[in-house]
Amino acid sequence: MNSTRSVRVWMWLHKWSSLVCTLFMLLLCLTGLPLIFSHEIAHLTGKAVELPSSPGGQAAPAGLATLDSIVVAGRARYPERVVQYASPDDEDPRLWYVTLTPTPAPTDDYRSIAVDGRDARVLAEPRFDEGFMYWMLRLHVDLFAGLPGKLFLGLMGLLLVTAIVSGVVLYAPFMRKLDFGTVRQARGPRTRWLDLHNLLGIVTLTWALVVGATGVINTWADLLIKYWQYDQLSGLLAPYQGQPLVPEAERAPLQRSLEAAQGHLPGQKLLFIAFPGTAFSSPHHVSFFMQGDTPLTSKLLRPVLVDARTAQVTVAPELPWYLQALLLSQPLHFGDYGGMPMKILWTLLDLATILVLGSGLYLWVKKRRQVVAAVRAPSAMPPGTAGASASSGRSPA
Amino acid sequence: MSTSFRRVWAWPLALAILSASGLFSALVSDTWGDVWSWLALGLPVLVMTRYSLRRSQA
Repeated sequence: MNSTRSVRVWMWLHKWSSLVCTLFMLLLCLTGLPLIFSHEIAHLTGKAVELPSSPGGQAAPAGLATLDSIVVAGRARYPERVVQYASPDDEDPRLWYVTLTPTPAPTDDYRSIAVDGRDARVLAEPRFDEGFMYWMLRLHVDLFAGLPGKLFLGLMGLLLVTAIVSGVVLYAPFMRKLDFGTVRQARGPRTRWLDLHNLLGIVTLTWALVVGATGVINTWADLLIKYWQYDQLSGLLAPYQGQPLVPEAERAPLQRSLEAAQGHLPGQKLLFIAFPGTAFSSPHHVSFFMQGDTPLTSKLLRPVLVDARTAQVTVAPELPWYLQALLLSQPLHFGDYGGMPMKILWTLLDLATILVLGSGLYLWVKKRRQVVAAVRAPSAMPPGTAGASASSGRSPA
Repeated sequence: MSTSFRRVWAWPLALAILSASGLFSALVSDTWGDVWSWLALGLPVLVMTRYSLRRSQA
């Protein structure tokens, strides 16, 4: 493992996997910083819709308006559009969002209408597709390039994982003669940054691996959902095969479908509703995505497919392991499952990762200059660098 | 375990296991799990800050 030859191989792997992905990882670390606080930023900047204290200035009604009237209200502003999704706000289930698009097909052209669930009154039309945070999100998720952009960033993430693993292997030969946490401050900037690179890299190891790997998994989300529809859902919906999209006039009241879904999985919380023909449903079903009520099961989802015509539950399949893994990898990537202290720690670990990436780049540039200088004047080569480094294991690049 | 292995890996392993436990605990509990995650992720951050800023060895 620590023979000169294997150290050389690992160094080669560490150098090239890092070099290819570093600039993209710096971009992801920087755009990820504000995204950690996207929820708070939306509230602070007034982008988030707040529910008025009493609807329409009247006494608050006891319950919620029917789902049908909420959806009708949301749609009134754009009658030519169709409803793809509707969802209650995750903090206040009395606030609803209705998503309208030209057709049921996936698109970037959507309008979100916020509706007061108590009296089915339109509150606002928040735009989630513009502004600073939207730019951060798109740069972070797909570089404005859709699925190919996601998959490309996923590939860069795999290189990051390779760089982390090879970095861990190289940690031992570098640290053999040093105590943990040694930062040789007086030996010049290169040695100091090498020590800092090793220290910050090894301490952030677990976090960076988890956030990197779960980020990679998230880039496959679209493909995993498509695969599930092909692999399992199509079998469950075989009786409906070949039937066209259920026309709106022939659909049962949404409220009845909602009650059927809730009756099927009592105690579960509704996350969102996918309408017939959309990417998360079938042409014949209104799909209700329910979440559990424990910390762990609230991250996992269970779809209830309700026949759009009859409002009868057709099937409520357990999601397969790969979609459960996808759903669990989201909080682990976002850092949004441990309150504000966790978000602050996420920020600090992200900043440390930026230092690891930056110092790695710096060490590589320094090393290159030394190699070039050494080639020009071999006798001037400083000790412990370039050619000598492979055997002593002193340089990462 | 050899002494040199322990010398190099004791700290990194301890911090890695601690971090992993924190990332996991907050997933399964919103009470003690969250609190543990703050400690388990906060300690590595403290360790690296302290060693990074320490002015000593030549």
